[in-house]
Amino acid sequence: MSGFFAMGGYAAYVWPAYAAALIALGGVTLMSLFARARVRRELRARGLDRRGAKS
Amino acid sequence: MAGMHALANPARFQRFSARALPWSAGLTAILLLVGLYMAFFVAPPDYQQKETVRIMFVHVPAAWWSMAGYAFLAGLGAALLVWKHPLAALMARAAAPVGAAFAATCLITGSFWGRPMWGTWWVWDARLTSMLVLFFLFLGHIALSRAFDSPERGDKAAAILALVGVINLPIIKFSVDWWNTLHQPASVMKLGGTTIHSSILIPLLVMAVAFFMLFVTLVLMRTETEIGRRRLEMAALAAE
Repeated sequence: MSGFFAMGGYAAYVWPAYAAALIALGGVTLMSLFARARVRRELRARGLDRRGAKS
Repeated sequence: MAGMHALANPARFQRFSARALPWSAGLTAILLLVGLYMAFFVAPPDYQQKETVRIMFVHVPAAWWSMAGYAFLAGLGAALLVWKHPLAALMARAAAPVGAAFAATCLITGSFWGRPMWGTWWVWDARLTSMLVLFFLFLGHIALSRAFDSPERGDKAAAILALVGVINLPIIKFSVDWWNTLHQPASVMKLGGTTIHSSILIPLLVMAVAFFMLFVTLVLMRTETEIGRRRLEMAALAAE
């Protein structure tokens, strides 16, 4: 298993690359989820959440 | 009244999105798990690039979908400017940050791949520079869409930028053929068929579909948010 994590001597490049991908793509996913939750909360607070409610 | 009309299409979108999102999100998660497993445990190390080739399984899908995502953004720009489609502007606002994240992923993973294989984190050659330009086009779209007091003006300015920037897509694609570059030429999408062995090609394609589903999921979810945000703005205007 330690051989796996060593990545044939390239661990210092392979794992940071995957970490960067996780941060960029995970980051935009989390931001999207938070933004959706916030807008839904505000829509509810103004009584605009139900479909067909007056715009 | 005009507002009600503009929401006719978005309301239909909300119904579609509410049904599609759980499926696209679930498919994204499953494909990512399968794709990552294949990338690390099925694909063999490359005979020249050794284990660094595993970076390709995120680098190449991120590159493909950031470029396709930009083409989508430009298509939305045309839909807004030519056909005044009410959903296009909201979808473009939703898609631009996702495209930026994909482009950033491509650039950073490429840097971590370039260092051990080329001996440098970065070179200002045609492929890398045009990819950096793509990243800045996404950022420019985000900035322009927010630069005006009226969101409609921002939408139009960003749509024009998206259309002008399309010229960068063929430059990225053919940069490896037109100029000398450290970047290797295409090996999957080329005339005469792919030159990659299936043990590497199949994991790559699974990851590519996973990234596509991630893009779709995020754009659907973020478009919902933009529709809600526009409704809040209209309600605030009506209350004045």
